[in-house]
Amino acid sequence: MLYSDKVMDHFNNPRNVGVIDDADGVGEVGNPVCGDVMKITIKVGDADKIEDIKFQTLGCGAAIATSSIVTELARGMEIHDAAAITKKQVADELGGLPPAKMHCSVLATDGLKVAIDDYLVKHGREPIGGDIQSENPDFDPHADIDEEH
Amino acid sequence: MTEGKDPEVDTERNAYLDYSATTPVDQRVIDAMMPHWTEGWGNPNSLYRQGRDAFRVLEGARESFATGIGAANPTEVVFTGAGTESDNAAVLGIARVGKARGKGNHVVVSAIEHKAILEPAKLLAKQGFDVTYLKPRQDGVMYPEDLRAVVSDDTVLVSIMHVNNEIGTIAPIAELAAVTHEVGGYFHTDAVQSLGKVPFDAAAFGIDAASFSAHKMYGPKGVAALYLKRGTPFEPLLIGGGQESKKRSGTQNVAGAVGFAKALELMLEEMPSETLRLTTLRDRVIAGITGSMPNTMVNGTMEAGSHAPHIANIVIKGVEGESMLLQLDNRGIAISTGSACSSGSLEPSHVLLAIGCPAELAHGSLRISLGRFTTPDQVEYLIEVLPAIVERLRAMSPVYAKMFGDQS
Repeated sequence: MLYSDKVMDHFNNPRNVGVIDDADGVGEVGNPVCGDVMKITIKVGDADKIEDIKFQTLGCGAAIATSSIVTELARGMEIHDAAAITKKQVADELGGLPPAKMHCSVLATDGLKVAIDDYLVKHGREPIGGDIQSENPDFDPHADIDEEH
Repeated sequence: MTEGKDPEVDTERNAYLDYSATTPVDQRVIDAMMPHWTEGWGNPNSLYRQGRDAFRVLEGARESFATGIGAANPTEVVFTGAGTESDNAAVLGIARVGKARGKGNHVVVSAIEHKAILEPAKLLAKQGFDVTYLKPRQDGVMYPEDLRAVVSDDTVLVSIMHVNNEIGTIAPIAELAAVTHEVGGYFHTDAVQSLGKVPFDAAAFGIDAASFSAHKMYGPKGVAALYLKRGTPFEPLLIGGGQESKKRSGTQNVAGAVGFAKALELMLEEMPSETLRLTTLRDRVIAGITGSMPNTMVNGTMEAGSHAPHIANIVIKGVEGESMLLQLDNRGIAISTGSACSSGSLEPSHVLLAIGCPAELAHGSLRISLGRFTTPDQVEYLIEVLPAIVERLRAMSPVYAKMFGDQS
């Protein structure tokens, strides 16, 4: 199993690490028992644009790298566009992920979606909803392993 | 992975601390093997001179190896191609033939075996065997009375590893073999991690079969052995030309066998001094790591006699193992972790789970394994570098303060 240079770059020098204290939306997904927890906080500005975004992650190299890249992708995006970022986009942006690590990009995009919905609900607006895969009790974070090996 | 790219890499200092994964080949082993590739390259099964010469060399290596493991007779040593092959052959061969000879179909393996034992045990279960996975106690040790509670007249095979590769605990092999024999079963031990590192004596232990591997003891990869006490039921995995007394077909790796025998000879020669030296280094690793940061935990008993001198398994709570491994790799330090992420498997280390370590802690386990070329400076380097890595990763965790913050 090898990580791409870009994964290692984001793992060694993660962007946007931290917590926004007066965040407009907070998303926390994953579970220490599975070894991965991601927390994304966002600040939303005019025209529903993500003005600031930070993350904290407990997890492996891929978990940290996918969190980092998703914050870079989402920064400045309109929230509905940001919520539409797919796990494949995240993986592609990192120059690919080993098959066993694809679930990390699911957690990263889920964390972002949950933070955006948290913002919408807090403002009395309709959440985007949709499939939060990692929150689904049937979600198997390692499902991709058998599929792709 | 990122050699030379990270400006933080301290190229002057590095530390390979994963000797339980594999070891470099000792120059003395290479010297012993060399002539048998370039000059004595004959097929030991051929009748003419080159074959006879190779045969004598192979049998010399077998004799030396047999003496080293305490076998009653050199014919009890079968050279194979991998520790995994020896384990597979022992589990499948003994269980199947033992059953065919009238024993029952009950097999016991410990829950902390290597996959090379667990997978063939699973296969036996699929084929109608009744398989018991015997757990160690929380100290990581297998207790003979726990084995006694699960065996019966139906038990054909018990396989329990000598030294566990992840936590370094030592099983009381002689006692476990005796319990197995009380019910008429056969006893196999996976001694891949123990041979040459802790005392091993097949005859004194009273075991029926054991697996060994050269590359864990400064010998070549792809060379291994299976001890089969005379009379032990067995059928080969590899069939063909009938080499190795029909127990393992395939032309023998004569140079490899010579290297394995030499490697074992060196291990045994150096065991008294290495045991002391490695125990000191191991204890320093444990004291250094647990003393330099809060929220750590040592896995497995550290009692002398129940723990191998070269392995330490430490949980760094609230950190994921692979992220530590990668950061240490950036600094030129190589170690292993029991986190799920590092292996691509579904769960964290089955060994740690079996001794009752919660999954969320097992993800943060580090296995440090020391060896012949480990220096005190390498150990100090790890102890110096790790705290800052852990602090940074804990600071990046959304749950560390919640889960462990109050305890520090």
